[in-house]
Amino acid sequence: MGTGQSRLEDQIVYGIAGPTGGHRAVNFRLNAPYVQMYGIVKRYPGVLACDHVDFDVRRGEVHALLGENGAGKSTLMRILYGLYQPDEGRILRDGAEVTIHSPTDAIRQGIGMIHQHFMLVDTLTVTENVALGLKSSREPLLDLGRVEVGIRELSGAYGLQIDPSAPVWTLSVGERQRVEIMKALYRGAAMLILDEPTAVLTPQEVEELFVTLGYMKENGYSLVLISHKLQEVLAISDRITVLREGRLVGTVPTEDMTRHELARMMVGRDVMLERTRDDEIDVGDVKLRLEDVRAQDVTGQPALRGVSLSVQSGEILGVAGISGNGQRELAEVVAGLRPISGGSVEMDGMPITDWTTARRTESGLAYIPEERMHDGIVRDFAVSENLVLQEHTSDKFSNGIFLAFDYIARYSRQMIQDFYIKTPDIRTMTRNLSGGNIQRLILARELSRRPKVLVAAQPTRGIDIGAIEYIYQQLLEQRDTGMATLLISEDLDELLALCDRIAVIYEGQIMDIVDRDETTAAELGLLMAGVHREKQ
Amino acid sequence: MLDELFTISTLVGILHSCVRLATPYLFAALGETFGQRSGVLNLGVDGIMLMGAFFAFYAVFEGHNLWVGVLVAIAIGVLMGLLKAFVSVTMQSLQGISGIGLYLFGLGLSSLLFKTLIGSVEGVSGFRQLAIPLLSDIPGLGHILFNHNALVYLAYLMVPLSWFVINRTTLGLKIRAVGHNPEAADTLGVSVNGVRYATLMIGGALAAVAGASLSIGLQNVFQENMTNGLGFIAVALVYFGSWRTVGVLGGSLLFSLVNALQLWVQALDIPVPSEVAVMMPYIMTIVVLAFTARQIQKPAALARSYERGE
Repeated sequence: MGTGQSRLEDQIVYGIAGPTGGHRAVNFRLNAPYVQMYGIVKRYPGVLACDHVDFDVRRGEVHALLGENGAGKSTLMRILYGLYQPDEGRILRDGAEVTIHSPTDAIRQGIGMIHQHFMLVDTLTVTENVALGLKSSREPLLDLGRVEVGIRELSGAYGLQIDPSAPVWTLSVGERQRVEIMKALYRGAAMLILDEPTAVLTPQEVEELFVTLGYMKENGYSLVLISHKLQEVLAISDRITVLREGRLVGTVPTEDMTRHELARMMVGRDVMLERTRDDEIDVGDVKLRLEDVRAQDVTGQPALRGVSLSVQSGEILGVAGISGNGQRELAEVVAGLRPISGGSVEMDGMPITDWTTARRTESGLAYIPEERMHDGIVRDFAVSENLVLQEHTSDKFSNGIFLAFDYIARYSRQMIQDFYIKTPDIRTMTRNLSGGNIQRLILARELSRRPKVLVAAQPTRGIDIGAIEYIYQQLLEQRDTGMATLLISEDLDELLALCDRIAVIYEGQIMDIVDRDETTAAELGLLMAGVHREKQ
Repeated sequence: MLDELFTISTLVGILHSCVRLATPYLFAALGETFGQRSGVLNLGVDGIMLMGAFFAFYAVFEGHNLWVGVLVAIAIGVLMGLLKAFVSVTMQSLQGISGIGLYLFGLGLSSLLFKTLIGSVEGVSGFRQLAIPLLSDIPGLGHILFNHNALVYLAYLMVPLSWFVINRTTLGLKIRAVGHNPEAADTLGVSVNGVRYATLMIGGALAAVAGASLSIGLQNVFQENMTNGLGFIAVALVYFGSWRTVGVLGGSLLFSLVNALQLWVQALDIPVPSEVAVMMPYIMTIVVLAFTARQIQKPAALARSYERGE
């Protein structure tokens, strides 16, 4: 990496379109840095989110920014996009120092960002979303016709298929992402920061996205891909920068790296994410059975349309599907949090359809909810309080009126030790723990009860790789002792690593249940998109 | 006696009153639509109306031109809108509570000013009926639609005008975006607070004109609390109309029709207790709200203050 002084021969003539869209980086020199960041420091009370980090992006490259949660990669990019202000450090664009105080400044510097949570207005059309905040050619009136022409030009050039007149709420997740990219392109971005762009996509949509990114790269765009998925980083990037605990571990050319080397750079030690099953273990009795279960979502629309599946003792059954196809409702139905409008649920051979959640948990059901901050814990409770939340009325923790504080304290310390929960104290407010540690806490509470059936909804979403490894290990250990697990996940790699069988859910129905050893990510992807096996 | 209600001339009279009486509803509810589309619920409409009604009346009472009265009302309405914006946008107080505060403030101050500056119920000569040539000669329909004062026509003009501003201008696009997803608008450089200040000032101005339409257009007097909660009905009308200008128009006409019937029932001495008749618009408000509580078109960020997250 250079000293920050861009030499004269690197100065290039280029054209970035104004806010009306049209033509972009025309005359560029590959490998010339577009943006350089030097010695970036960002402090929060008690945390050094970025500790003298250097980073640069060249024209016409895909630069992956890899790291665990809390490694500082999002913070670094949010600084570049003007959402946060750095405490120290310099930012250069095309060799000249710039200050970026807001996203508007960033856009002016040709920097666009695609957030993980899309910043779109559902009720507006694609064109309106793109036009929002831009000067119209006939102020104060809108000029949507002109914007639409620009959108069509760009979508042709970069393979971004979108219907400009469609309201955003009618679009799929992949299409919404295209709208986000379109917004940045239309504003004349020469560089795009994509924050975990594949997290919400099907494998097919990921492929389409990568094709688009490929076109953009050829046209001289600078692309930064924030990710913690090793495989996709290896598949698409030219260089990789790894951050750990706010510090730069290194920037390396992708071609020199393997998955294991990257994982080691990321975590600082060797990591095992592969499955460790002795296939000797017997699969036992059916512990959980759903028969033709029907249920509605919060808005009263049918969300489950006749789901039938069963999980046996010593088995992990995965549920794959694109977000919003009934997974949430499925988990809630089993947990007893959502009434069903048809069918039946059985646990351990007993019909539990009409049982309360409390009775289900007492009888051996454990539940790791999707929204762990919301449904899994009480944020403003101490760690120890959350640990006994489920069983606080049991004889262990109370005498019927008063809680047994001494025992709870001893128990909590034991749990913290057994499940490696990193917390300053058992009285620490749970909200102050990291996502991975909160998930360990939930795991401790649920698994220490030795449940017969576990429903785990997105148990590793947004969690760092170290904690994921631990969660996998726990799930597999419990499986080996005979627990039946229903694992709902949008991460195909995870499902393929852990499950024995995988059910694919699409629009509230089970498309198919396949054996892990007889399927591929591509096949699952098609099922997730609603394509039946015969038609594949 | 009921047959009297069904003579042609009575029906024409009722419909004429209906068109006329919709005026304050239209101004106030269209103004409220702007605020709600941008995500701010202003329950203080009635207070702003009272202030507008008083100041317009006072200006005219002091011998000024009727349009000066309207302009004074607009100025007061903008100030009241600014106050609401400061409290609920800048200070981010709960929108419902601060709106009620604004209402009580307007109610109290307009009463106080009335007592100190005027003292007793006086009349002024307000806007006169302005028959539109030719059109008003159409039998029946002409009288119903084209024989009103200027403020009535203005109120109906505001319907397409508001629609146009909300749906065809860059400001309107910003208003719709801010009301649904302020975070998204913010990342695109739209000033969420700026847009909300603007809609509250527009809403304040229109609410004040709604008040003026009572004190110098329809009734030509000022009395304490002369709106009788009409501003609250206007808020309900926005829900009733699903945040659309056409819906607001429909709701306003429906409510003013009930009002007109109520007046004519009393005028014709039909034996319905007057209290029951007077209650009708309020009962309708409750019924309407009960059935429109859940709306898909509702601005997702309605009544939610916006703070940029770190």
